[in-house]
Amino acid sequence: MADKKLGAYICKGCGIAERLDTDELAKIAKSDGKVTVAKQHDFLCNSEGVKMIQADIDAGEVTHVLIAACSRRAKTDAFRFEKVAIARANLREGVIWIRPDTEDAKETTQEMAEDYIRMGCAEVKFMTLPNASGEQGRVDHVLIVGGGFTGLTAALEVAKAGYLATIVEKTSALGGTAAQLYKRTPNHSPFAAPQDNGIADLIQQIESNDKITVHLNATVTKTEGAPGRFNAEISPDGGTKTFGSIIQASGFTPYDATQLPEFAYGKTPDVVDQLGLEALAKQANGGTIKRPSDGKEVKNVVFIQCAGQRSEKEGHLSYCSGHCCMTSVKQAMYFKDANPNIDAMVIYTELRMPGAGGEDFYRNGQNKGITFTKGMVSEVVSDSGKVSVKFKDLILNEEVDLESDLVVLATGMIPNSGVDIEVPVTEEEEKEEEKTVINIVPADSVLNLDYRQGPDLPQLVNGFTDSHFICFPYETRRTGIYAAGPVRRPMDMAQATEDATGAALKAIQALENASLGQAAHPRSGDLSFPIFRKEGCTQCKRCTVECPFGAINEDEAGYPQFNEARCRRCGTCMGACPVRVISFENYSVETVGQAIKAVDMPDEFDEKPRILVLACENDAYPALDMAGMTRREYSAFVRIIPVRCLGSVNTIWISDALNSGYDGIILMGCQKGDDYQCHFVKGSEMAHYRMSKIGDTLQQLQLETERVQTYEIAITDMHRVPKIINDMAETIEKIGMNPFKF
Amino acid sequence: MSNPVTVEKYRNNFLREVEANVEEGDWVKRCMQCGVCSGSCPLGPHWEHPPQELFMMIRAGKRDEVLGSSSMWMCTSCYNCIARCPRELPITHIMHGLAHYAKRLGLSPKNQQTKKFAQKFWDNLSKKGRVNELKLGLSLYFMNGFMEGVKMSLKMQKVGLGMLKTKRMSPFEMLGGHGCKDSKGLQAILNKAREIEEAKISKFQG
Repeated sequence: MADKKLGAYICKGCGIAERLDTDELAKIAKSDGKVTVAKQHDFLCNSEGVKMIQADIDAGEVTHVLIAACSRRAKTDAFRFEKVAIARANLREGVIWIRPDTEDAKETTQEMAEDYIRMGCAEVKFMTLPNASGEQGRVDHVLIVGGGFTGLTAALEVAKAGYLATIVEKTSALGGTAAQLYKRTPNHSPFAAPQDNGIADLIQQIESNDKITVHLNATVTKTEGAPGRFNAEISPDGGTKTFGSIIQASGFTPYDATQLPEFAYGKTPDVVDQLGLEALAKQANGGTIKRPSDGKEVKNVVFIQCAGQRSEKEGHLSYCSGHCCMTSVKQAMYFKDANPNIDAMVIYTELRMPGAGGEDFYRNGQNKGITFTKGMVSEVVSDSGKVSVKFKDLILNEEVDLESDLVVLATGMIPNSGVDIEVPVTEEEEKEEEKTVINIVPADSVLNLDYRQGPDLPQLVNGFTDSHFICFPYETRRTGIYAAGPVRRPMDMAQATEDATGAALKAIQALENASLGQAAHPRSGDLSFPIFRKEGCTQCKRCTVECPFGAINEDEAGYPQFNEARCRRCGTCMGACPVRVISFENYSVETVGQAIKAVDMPDEFDEKPRILVLACENDAYPALDMAGMTRREYSAFVRIIPVRCLGSVNTIWISDALNSGYDGIILMGCQKGDDYQCHFVKGSEMAHYRMSKIGDTLQQLQLETERVQTYEIAITDMHRVPKIINDMAETIEKIGMNPFKF
Repeated sequence: MSNPVTVEKYRNNFLREVEANVEEGDWVKRCMQCGVCSGSCPLGPHWEHPPQELFMMIRAGKRDEVLGSSSMWMCTSCYNCIARCPRELPITHIMHGLAHYAKRLGLSPKNQQTKKFAQKFWDNLSKKGRVNELKLGLSLYFMNGFMEGVKMSLKMQKVGLGMLKTKRMSPFEMLGGHGCKDSKGLQAILNKAREIEEAKISKFQG
């Protein structure tokens, strides 16, 4: 620590100097913060101010810089200095903008600013400058698992960007399900007619591209490593190759319509599913489609939407597969385009025509004379060569029995996600699982990952791979592996194109990041990575189990093996570690812990409580900043510390804070659960879980449980955060001060 | 629950007939069944079948029920439905088109008041090419019998005298009344139009 030279730079601009005594702040930085340099500037973020700091850095005066000015989210470009550790004290959004400019408030506001200086000095003192791990290597090669429409599109996009792509396809031909289509739904204006599926052209482009390698009849039998150095074994004869990143485009399996005996599927060839109709349309090739049973030209056809979908019945899919309404309109057009006198009726409960052209396509279907009937089909009866559809017309409220030449069932998509790694493992539960979930495709692993947490991508609901649907689509919970297409969520070809393109760009970004040793988003560019003190580790495995990204493996002795390139730097491992041996160079149990302790704790009888807020830097901290920007006042007794993710909150911080006299603690993280907004997927959930057990600690200390509260905060909650803080201040007024002040 | 309708229903024959013969009838297939028209109609609760339902019935091939319905005769041309239809269907016009077509085929309900008035208006107008308001008014008063007519006339006495006084109405209109310049030409036009329409309709009369 001898070579650490701390410098505090206090900005007087933006009204800070008018509201705060900056001379006093500088004095405190020297006396309490132990800085060697404490300077003030009228306008710290302008070129002169920045030059002043840079000059000190260049002269070797400072190695650790505290910038006491605006929020750490503001002026990040101005305050980016190379080769020094930097901390920020938020005097603008965090102090003067949330406090009233009155004589009464002056004292507490000044105290607030002084504490932020102390906290910032303490934090930066315990930081070191992160260096890249040295693990990185550069491999400009993307592995694409699945040679369907999504995989092919992704491969082309990767190649177009100048990178290599390898496609591994399980079957003997490229094109997947899309190749089975007679035509596809249109993807451009005027969205009036089905158009060529484009697969032949796509395959031709793939085959003539020397950046793309294709393995047919092949699977990935082992994947190990991390972004930038994935080793994938391609069987049977592709050998083991190294890839920078992976796109999983394993697509979907059509729902097995034989599970719908009520719709006579399998009892008569005249009831087909949508892919069945595509085959008939291919046969007819633009002519009138003939029915399978007797080869008679179809005069009328009925499409049944949501067959075995959007239904809670056993064996049905509970979700909407997204494309089937569009597909039925397209298929009805096959009939109408061949002969407008054919009656084509679509029976639906809710018609969903997504995308820019969806509604136009629907309208064009109506113009072509397709009849849309809002109804519920109860049964399809096949009797002596005749098929009749029994349904209830929901507009006219009557039961109808309609004879039809051909019936098409719009059945759903089941994702090919591989093995569900989160299925409970005990035998009893396994049996129960089998009984209730019969739609899961009995799956072989797709990726065969050699990861501690399991061989495939984690799934969220209904077997679709977990991808961050709000902020980072395609991004899965395995860094450097991207899911695209219907394996991620049900979709049509237009959406799959977007998915494939997005995933290709993400995969390229991941391998580039890996080559520099820096994190993928949301902490893009972060060079820090978890380091652990092996002597202290008890091999409890909590970090390896709780890491939301499966980044940590275990070595033979049971010690964690951090794969830096897989790590997203959320710090959930650091929060989990009961012996606190995991840390980052610039973010550790120490940096935050010292900041917590650095606060000047007033006496119990001062009537100045102290509230600690640990706020997630992704959503809660910006919400607090915005509360400042919109000048919403909150209590001056609060001290806010941003954390990378609520998952990184180690319970030691809570007990230390209570022991050192804080009267209340608020944790602000993102929404958890199936509709999570947590940027690290599981971080907020882990934190909530850990905090649900904090009651014991409080009871041991004989403190009221209201003193620690955990909230889910969205980035838009700027009106809510001041209220939460003020409510806590009121609660403390009611229950009294923490007796552990010293 | 009504009995299951016969298998001939839900074919598109009637929809095609409506498209060919009803004014603005080719819009019917474009209805997306949102129900905004039915919800917007000020007389909605009094309709046997609101417009949305009529459109569905047409698609379901319910020819007799649609053409025999009193619903479209309830339309007062307030144009609320047209203004609000998200698919921009000219619903008011379709209602009048349906009513007109039903009447032409003789399928509209007997003793429908609006229908009766419409016939009187047409007879009055088509004779000379101008509406004879005095005759139209009186024929309306006496539409439901002689005694009713007398009662109504007495009730409206004051209005009538006022109109006479301010020269808004001439008693001499009773004697023939005024007409357009070439009423023979008008008759020729109307006859030709009737001929064309009947030829069209006969295609669907089996």
